[in-house]
Amino acid sequence: MTGDELISAAKNTWCPGCGNFAIQHALKDVLISMENEGFPLENIVIVTGIGQHGKIFDFMNLNGFYSLHGRTIPVATGIRLANPDLKVICLTGDGDSYAEGLDHLIFGAKRNLDVTVLVHDNRVYGLTTGQYTPTSPYGYRGRSTPGGVKEYPFNPLELMLSSGASFIARGYTHKRDQLKRLIREALVHKGFSFIDILQICATYNDMSRYYDARIFDWDETEAGDYNTAYGKAREWDYNNDARIGLGVMYRHTAPLFEDNYPVPERLSSAQKLAWVRKIMDERA
Amino acid sequence: MAEREVSVLIGGKAGDGISSAGQIIAHLLAQTGYRVHMYFDYPSLIKGGHNFAIIRAAEEGIGAVREQVDFILALNQETVNLHRHRLRERGVVIYDASTVKLAEGIGIPVKNILAAEEAPPVMGNSAIIGGFVRAAGLNWDASSGVLKKSMPKGTEKNLRVARRAYEASEERQQVPGTGKPVLPVLTGNEAISVGLVEADLEIYLSYPMSPTSNILHFLAGYADELRIRVIQPESEIAVILTALGCSYAGSRAVIGTSGGGFCLMTEALSLAGIAELPILVILGQRTGPSTGLATYSAQSDLHFALHAGQGEFPRLIIAPGDAGEARYWSRTGLDLAWKYQIPAIILSDRLICEGLYSVEPETGIRYAAGPVMADPAIHPYLRYAPADYGISPLRFPPAKGEIVRVNSHVHDTDGITTEDPLVTKEMADKRMKKMDRLALEIEGINSINTGGVTDAVIALLCWGSSKGVCEELGKKKGLRVIQPVVLWPFAEKAFAHAMDGVEQFYAVETNESGQLATLVSRFGYRPSGKILKYDGRPFMVEELEAELKKVIS
Repeated sequence: MTGDELISAAKNTWCPGCGNFAIQHALKDVLISMENEGFPLENIVIVTGIGQHGKIFDFMNLNGFYSLHGRTIPVATGIRLANPDLKVICLTGDGDSYAEGLDHLIFGAKRNLDVTVLVHDNRVYGLTTGQYTPTSPYGYRGRSTPGGVKEYPFNPLELMLSSGASFIARGYTHKRDQLKRLIREALVHKGFSFIDILQICATYNDMSRYYDARIFDWDETEAGDYNTAYGKAREWDYNNDARIGLGVMYRHTAPLFEDNYPVPERLSSAQKLAWVRKIMDERA
Repeated sequence: MAEREVSVLIGGKAGDGISSAGQIIAHLLAQTGYRVHMYFDYPSLIKGGHNFAIIRAAEEGIGAVREQVDFILALNQETVNLHRHRLRERGVVIYDASTVKLAEGIGIPVKNILAAEEAPPVMGNSAIIGGFVRAAGLNWDASSGVLKKSMPKGTEKNLRVARRAYEASEERQQVPGTGKPVLPVLTGNEAISVGLVEADLEIYLSYPMSPTSNILHFLAGYADELRIRVIQPESEIAVILTALGCSYAGSRAVIGTSGGGFCLMTEALSLAGIAELPILVILGQRTGPSTGLATYSAQSDLHFALHAGQGEFPRLIIAPGDAGEARYWSRTGLDLAWKYQIPAIILSDRLICEGLYSVEPETGIRYAAGPVMADPAIHPYLRYAPADYGISPLRFPPAKGEIVRVNSHVHDTDGITTEDPLVTKEMADKRMKKMDRLALEIEGINSINTGGVTDAVIALLCWGSSKGVCEELGKKKGLRVIQPVVLWPFAEKAFAHAMDGVEQFYAVETNESGQLATLVSRFGYRPSGKILKYDGRPFMVEELEAELKKVIS
């Protein structure tokens, strides 16, 4: 498949300059390179939530499950249980995974489910036209908070680290090459791989200049060390004006959820019948 | 009702193992050829509080218990105080003489027996049961076989305790064998589990909630042997969405919950509707609203199940009336969900889920065939392609060279989101075509049971667990009994046939409004009256009989 073939014929309805394009094309490039190396793309399934990010479901020629708001990870869990040969990519938003579906994100990390979660973190609700999200900075003026939001954002990287995610990274839609590398590494990683992608929202929350002035690349040589990762996660809390590190923050190997539930060979009808008879005998 | 029958009440405090003791008594009676039913009454507690079980055995199949009993087995004084009035004239109280001071009957020196055998207090049950075996004139050898089977742990010591109590007891009321073949005794939850296994269950998911938690426990216990996966996710929302992920990728998942959990599932139920993902929900009703009575029963979620989820989509709702039906319909419900790619609900209730019933060991051949699969030679694969009866053939990813998309939005044949008015209508029509076809199909599969005296002109209309008591009184009082099992789609023709010649009918339900009565009124049937009970407890035989006397002369 060529890159063009991976993009569907559905009409694209993202705003011009939307950060979603960068994520879509980075993902496309990674998948094409994987296919060229022999990975069959029919083994990829994308699961999307509801939000501007979710439209990527329609724009890609990939197997997909366009789920409910906040509910990518349980669907991904089911797909992985049914067929662990499928590589599942959850494409989700900050409203999606940090508000409505936060429990699933934490449990996906806790279980070390072998999926990749790409959070399109534009720190604003786009589809519902500009309300604050869990990662909007204090004082963000949205349509539901004209006087500025009076809550501090939480820090998704810190949350993921303490929840047990085995691969944690932060990307930025203006750094396409790095984003491609991070997505690729996340896909290769065995276990719960999570990337918070700082994505600009051209219409409601264009933080390009803010990010451009603060970003720097993390030294990834100590990505296996929890305490170092913790320090990195804490440096920028999504509200202060600290430097914003990008790259792989944490990576380690842990047992997979799926390994506890391997797909068994099914019983034959005769074996099933024998079991039913046994139960009936025991209860008689 | 059959002439020979016996009722036994066993009571104690929570933690005394009343449920297991009740099950053993049910098995003891089943062993002598009786058909049994057990109602277990317990508050939502782990320790303390009053628990009791009523076990009724009769020559013919029953699904109800009586207010009056022949034996009371009392592990504490409270049991005697609370239930003494239930005792029939020649009834016997068998009690723990070390804790019960005010009672007449057979006192078993439980404490002494346990001390003599150096047995732990929990084995007090075995003593009371041993006392009962003697009092009821049951054969020791056959009874000890049941005890051995029922108590895999500490078997020998339990048997010695029971034997000592047996010897300390005396025969009072002989319960003769019936000479009939022995039938297995299962809870509704076990019967549901068996039915699911028979319909190729692969993955069972549930967040613990009474009264369906025991399906989770039962299947988890057999998971390795059955080669199924049994999983407890973080919430009911996760339960149903994980199951839908399984459906999408081709695995048969079933989920279990009660009303509160089902509330959380409704958004995804609607997703199953539009995305055409098969899913079977075991919905065990309990007393609501809200947390209600967590461990008691009700039939008050019929309209909730009928209307759960936003928008309009096809669904199948089945309410089995006992354990045998629960097994058959769980199996059939799972097959039909896959055949039509729709959400299906087994609408059970606490009385069926946790009640014990005698069941036929064999229930005949499996009803439905597997799902409609697409021909892999057809390219491109379109998940929502127009098809006979609206049932688009399935493929599961990975499908070489094809894309499999399912979508919670209105979508086109390829699963791509659309807002086009024509496609919106076409897809809605396609989904409802499945419903039309299903409605036709269920007309032919015993969706409406007719029992009692089937040509009587006065009828009782019932569903779910109310079946047992209606069936029994229908036969006794010369009433027809009409029990719709498939509640949606509603088998109008079969119902009309069942109602043929009926001049008056009375709805018997354990809810406050008469939910089935409301449903049938949509089809032009208005009951002459409703007999409703909504205190969490089942209709006792005497109770419904008295109510019937008031309305039927």
